[in-house]
Amino acid sequence: MIRFDNVGLRYGQAGDAGPEVLRDLSFNIPAGGFRWLLGPSGAGKSSLLKLMYLAIRPSRGRLSVLGTEISIAGRRALALLRRRTGVVFQDFRLLEHLSTFDNVALPLRLAGRPEGQIRADTTEMLRWVGLAQKLDQHPAELSGGEQQRIAIARAVIARPALLLADEPTGNLDDAQAARLMQLLQELNRLGTTVVVATHNDALVRRYQAAALVLEHGRLVGER
Amino acid sequence: MSRLRPSGFDGLGLRRALAGRMLPFLVAAMAFLAALALGGATGATALARHWRVGPAAVLTVQVPRADAAAQDTPASRRERVVALLRATPGIAQVRPLPDAELVDLLRPWLGGRVAEISLPLPGVIEIRLAEGAAVPEGLAPRLAAAAPGTLVEAHGPWLRRLSILARSLQASALAALLLVIVIAAAVVAVATRAGLAARREAIEIVHGLGATDGYIAGRFAARIMRQAAFGGFAGAVMAMPVLACLAWLAAPFIKPDMDIESQIGLLAALPAPFWLLLPGLPAAAAAIGWLTAQATVRRWLRQLP
Repeated sequence: MIRFDNVGLRYGQAGDAGPEVLRDLSFNIPAGGFRWLLGPSGAGKSSLLKLMYLAIRPSRGRLSVLGTEISIAGRRALALLRRRTGVVFQDFRLLEHLSTFDNVALPLRLAGRPEGQIRADTTEMLRWVGLAQKLDQHPAELSGGEQQRIAIARAVIARPALLLADEPTGNLDDAQAARLMQLLQELNRLGTTVVVATHNDALVRRYQAAALVLEHGRLVGER
Repeated sequence: MSRLRPSGFDGLGLRRALAGRMLPFLVAAMAFLAALALGGATGATALARHWRVGPAAVLTVQVPRADAAAQDTPASRRERVVALLRATPGIAQVRPLPDAELVDLLRPWLGGRVAEISLPLPGVIEIRLAEGAAVPEGLAPRLAAAAPGTLVEAHGPWLRRLSILARSLQASALAALLLVIVIAAAVVAVATRAGLAARREAIEIVHGLGATDGYIAGRFAARIMRQAAFGGFAGAVMAMPVLACLAWLAAPFIKPDMDIESQIGLLAALPAPFWLLLPGLPAAAAAIGWLTAQATVRRWLRQLP
């Protein structure tokens, strides 16, 4: 499902490339698996997630996501792969010029779903995350917690095969965080592979699952 | 509500990023120049064709003392020359100019009472050569032998120069047109790049959500195409009065028998390509806009993985 084989990553072009931020990563996450991604700030968690959601390509080694070998995949194949991947970003990455509804509906529109289905699914999803009353508001008019819930709704609306989340509970209160974890577990139970990067030890203790532990760009433990 | 209008869905926020009036204005200016260049090329083509099949094929023969009897025959010198010309192969038409017509021709030079001036006017014969035929060899000496003093005047050499001039004008107009196309494409590319820079973050987000290069390029190209088509239409409309005026001025040279004083005559004086400009320029501008935007965006997207 996700396979890292001796993967290394450095930023910058070949001529003035920086130091390796990820080194010698080799691990497997099976289809339908759940992994915490743990490690101190600067350990390379976000870079590892970027590799998984295909925002960057590895500098060396082999990476395979959802069964597709990244180094040989064409641009269109990568785009289709991204549609099967949902991502909750730490900084939300919402489109400021679009309403709540249109932000959440965007993955369905890109996938070319019929407008009737888009309307039904998006309304239902926004009701589920408690934003049914704010369909027409823009991200700038909403609180950090509300924006995070939009980001979560957008990530899961197209029922992705792979769901990646970077500190998804950072702006949520305990009740909302618990609801999010229930959602992630439910999606995982239905077959979605889930990887969640977090600093929240309490959350990790409460929801026991396998973890990848990074330090200084290296994988120092799998548990 | 925006969600009820998905066809106008502006996922990349291009409505603001590519909202300026600069692009339609610049394209309108380009279209105006293109229309003038096309008008020039069309006019030059018509003039060149006219000269090739018109006066270029006409010779004038002057017979002094035309009414005097020719040597050894009862016929006049004029009749003798006409008979000789009619017997010469390669000559399609021989037309002796009646005296009245000759007087008309001379009136601008000699005044209204030219008929009363006792001036020995030569007989003038107009010859039209058969299509593609050259001036028959030895024609002038043969005519001079039949009626001494007869002159043959060919318009060929200076008309050939005019023809070359017309073709040069045509080439210049086409070069100007090509240049306008290149500049229009450059203007569109700059506008597209500015739009890409302004919407970089939105493009990265949409790209990350799985938008293909074709989707993103298509959004830009559709918007730029509409603006370019509008500019092309405006430019064509602005150019029409100017071109109509030029066509009216050129009409007597191209179709001398045309009644350009009447409105219908004026409309008929406008060559067919003129009427193709109105649909043609916006279509061409739209095509240039669409193609350039597609190429620019797709090239830019290469920097994303």
